[in-house]
Amino acid sequence: MLEILLKLLPQQLVNGITIGAVYALIALGYTMVYGVLQLINFAHGELFMLGAMVAVFLLAALSISGPVGFGLLVGVLLLLFITSMAFSATLGVTIERLAYRPLRHAGRLSPLLSALGVSIFLQNATMVVVGPQPHFLQDSQHEILPTVAVPFFGLVLTNKQVITLVVATVLMVGLHWLVNYTLFGMAVRAVAEDKDAASLMGIDVDRIISMVFVIGPALGAAAGILFALQFNVALWNMGFIAGLKAFTAAVLGGIGNIPGAMLGGLLLGVLETVGAGYLPIITNGAIGPEYKDIFAFLILILVLVFRPTGLLGERVAR
Amino acid sequence: MATYHEAMTEQLRRVNALGRWQKAVAVILLFLLPFFLGELLTALGSVLPLDFFHSGDRYMFRVLDQAGIYVLLALGLNIVVGYAGLLDLGYVAFYAVGAYTYALLASPQLGLHLPFWLILPIAPLIAATFGVLLGAPTLRLRGDYLAIVTLGFGEMIRILLNNLDVLTNGPRGINNIDSPKFISFDPTTLLPVTTLTDPKQFYYVILVLVLGAIFFISRIQNSRIGRAWAAIREDEDVARAMGINTTTLKLLAFAMGASTAGFGGVIFSGLQGFVSPESFILLESILILSMVVLGGMGSIPGVVLGAIILTVLPEVLREFAVYRMAVFGLGLTIMMLVRPEGIWPSKVRKRELHSADTESGPGELLAGETEARIQLQGTATPLVESQQGQGG
Repeated sequence: MLEILLKLLPQQLVNGITIGAVYALIALGYTMVYGVLQLINFAHGELFMLGAMVAVFLLAALSISGPVGFGLLVGVLLLLFITSMAFSATLGVTIERLAYRPLRHAGRLSPLLSALGVSIFLQNATMVVVGPQPHFLQDSQHEILPTVAVPFFGLVLTNKQVITLVVATVLMVGLHWLVNYTLFGMAVRAVAEDKDAASLMGIDVDRIISMVFVIGPALGAAAGILFALQFNVALWNMGFIAGLKAFTAAVLGGIGNIPGAMLGGLLLGVLETVGAGYLPIITNGAIGPEYKDIFAFLILILVLVFRPTGLLGERVAR
Repeated sequence: MATYHEAMTEQLRRVNALGRWQKAVAVILLFLLPFFLGELLTALGSVLPLDFFHSGDRYMFRVLDQAGIYVLLALGLNIVVGYAGLLDLGYVAFYAVGAYTYALLASPQLGLHLPFWLILPIAPLIAATFGVLLGAPTLRLRGDYLAIVTLGFGEMIRILLNNLDVLTNGPRGINNIDSPKFISFDPTTLLPVTTLTDPKQFYYVILVLVLGAIFFISRIQNSRIGRAWAAIREDEDVARAMGINTTTLKLLAFAMGASTAGFGGVIFSGLQGFVSPESFILLESILILSMVVLGGMGSIPGVVLGAIILTVLPEVLREFAVYRMAVFGLGLTIMMLVRPEGIWPSKVRKRELHSADTESGPGELLAGETEARIQLQGTATPLVESQQGQGG
C-alpha cells in the first residue's frame, strides 16, 4: 500500500499546491485586514465569490464561442481579472466605510456581527440577483480555454493549473514586494503594529486601512477567477466554505502574518488534498473524501490548541 | 440608613428589568393567549394585509411553539455569551445533540421507544457533556479564536451527523419520531387516556418549561455564579486574581448553555417528528446569536423578545421569503451600527457600548466597566453612613 501512496504523492502535491495557492490568495485578504483592524472580515469569502461571479457574467457577455488565439486569450483573461478585482476592491472599500469604520471603537463583538451581517446580505442578495443555480464559466458552446494537459517532469498538469500557479505566484510576489520594499508597505506594517503610534507619525490611518481593503478583496477576486477557471463553476454560497478554510489557513500560518498566510494556504491545500486522497485508501473506504471539510477544522483546532500563534507567529497590534 | 444587604437587594431589583406585577401580568396573558389568539390575528389582519394573519390555527401554534423553543435556545446562548462573555458560534451543535438523542431513542431508527418525559431530563445531561468536551480545548483561547473554533466544532458535528449514515441516517434524517404522550382524562368516562400532543398542547408544555428555565436562569444570574461570570466577562485575569476558578466557571457556562440547548432540541424533535442535519447549519447558530445580541445581550427579557421577534417576523413576512435572509443580514449590520446594545438591553451593557472609547485588551471581547464596580458604587454611601452612624 505504501507504494501506491508514494506513487500518488507527487500528483497529490501538485493538486494540493494549486488549490492551496487559491486558499493562500484569499487568506492574504483575511490576514491583512485582521492585522490592521483585529477584525475577522466574514464578508471576505463573499468578495471571493463575487470575483468569480463577475468573471462568469463578463465572459458570458463577451459571447466568445470556441477557442481563440493566444493574444486574444491573454487579453480576455486580463480584462476578466482587472474588472473583477476592481469590482471587489470597490465593494470592499465601501463595506469598510459603511459597516466597519463606524464600529472601530465599539469593542470586538459589534464589528464581528456587522461583518456577519454583511456576509449574509451579500450571499443572499447575490442569490436573489443571479439565481440559486450554479453558473458555469465555460460550457461546450463557449469554450475559450479548453483543458489541455501539460507534461512536467513526469507529472501531468492542466494548463489551468499552470495559469493558477503562475498568477498566484505573481500576485504573492507582488504583494511581498509592496509590503516590504515600498513606503506604502511600511505604512501598512506600521498601522498593523500600532495604529495610534502610526497616526502620530503622520500616517493617514484611515487611508491605509482603505487601501488594505482594496488589496485584500482584489486578491480574493483573483482567487475567485482562478477557482472558476479550475472548477468551471460559480455558486452564490461558495464564499462561505472557501472563506472558512482560508481563514483556517491564515490562522495556521499566524494571523496578521503575510508570509504566514501564504504558507498556511499552501499547507492547507496540500493537507486537504492528500488527506482526501489517502484516507479512503488507508481506511479501505471507511472514511471518504466528504470528510475533507472536517480535516480543515481539525487542523485549525489542533493548531490553535498546540500553537495558538500559528506556524510563523502572529503579527497583531499589542 | 439601609444595611449592606438591603442596599444590595435594592440594587439588584433595579437591575432586573421587569417588576413583579408586570411579570405576573405577562405570564397570565401568555397562558390565556390561545383563547384570544384568533380574534387578535383577525384584528391584526385587518390592519396589515399579510397572508400570515389568515393562516390556520394549527400553523399559528406551530409558529408559537417554535418561537418558544428558540426562546430556550436564546436563553442558553445568553448564558454563554451574555453572562460569561464566551463568543460561541457553534451553539447549534448542542441543539442537534438534544434533538438527535430524542430521535434515536424514540423512533424506529434504533427500534427504541423511550418516553419523552424520561428523555427530557436526560438529554440535557448528554448535551452538557458535549458542552464540556467542546469547551475544554477553547479555554485558553482569545475571543476571536474562540469564535472560530466553536464555529468549527459546530460544523464538525453537523458533518458527522450528515455522514454517519449507519446511526443517523445521514442527510435523509430520522423520520417518524414519537410524539410525546399526555395522560388526560376522557371527559365522558373519566378514565385516563393517553393522547399525543398537538401544537396547542405543546404550547402549554413549552410555556411551562420556558417559564421554568427563565426562573432557573435568572436565579443563577443573581447568584455567586452569575457574579463570577460577570467578573470573568469583564476581565478574566483580574477575576482569576480574585480567586475565581475561571476554568470551572467557563466550563460550567458551556455546560449550562449546552444543556439548555439540548433541552430545546428534545422538544423540537418531539414537536416536529423529524430531524435532519439541515436544521443545524451554521446559519442557525448565527440566528440564535442574533436573537441574543439584537434582543439585548445579558438581559433575559431582551433575549426572550429577540427570540420571539426573530422567529415570528420571518413567518409573518413569509410571502417575501426570497428576500428574507438578505434583509436579515442587512438588518443585523444596521442594528450593530445603530443600536448595538439590542432592543431591551441590560443597563450595564447600554452604558458599556455608549460610553467613551475604551481600548480593548488582548483578552477582552466586550469592553466596559465592571458590573461589580457599579454595584459597589450604589452601596458605598450606605456603608459609610452606617459606619459613621455607629461611630458617631
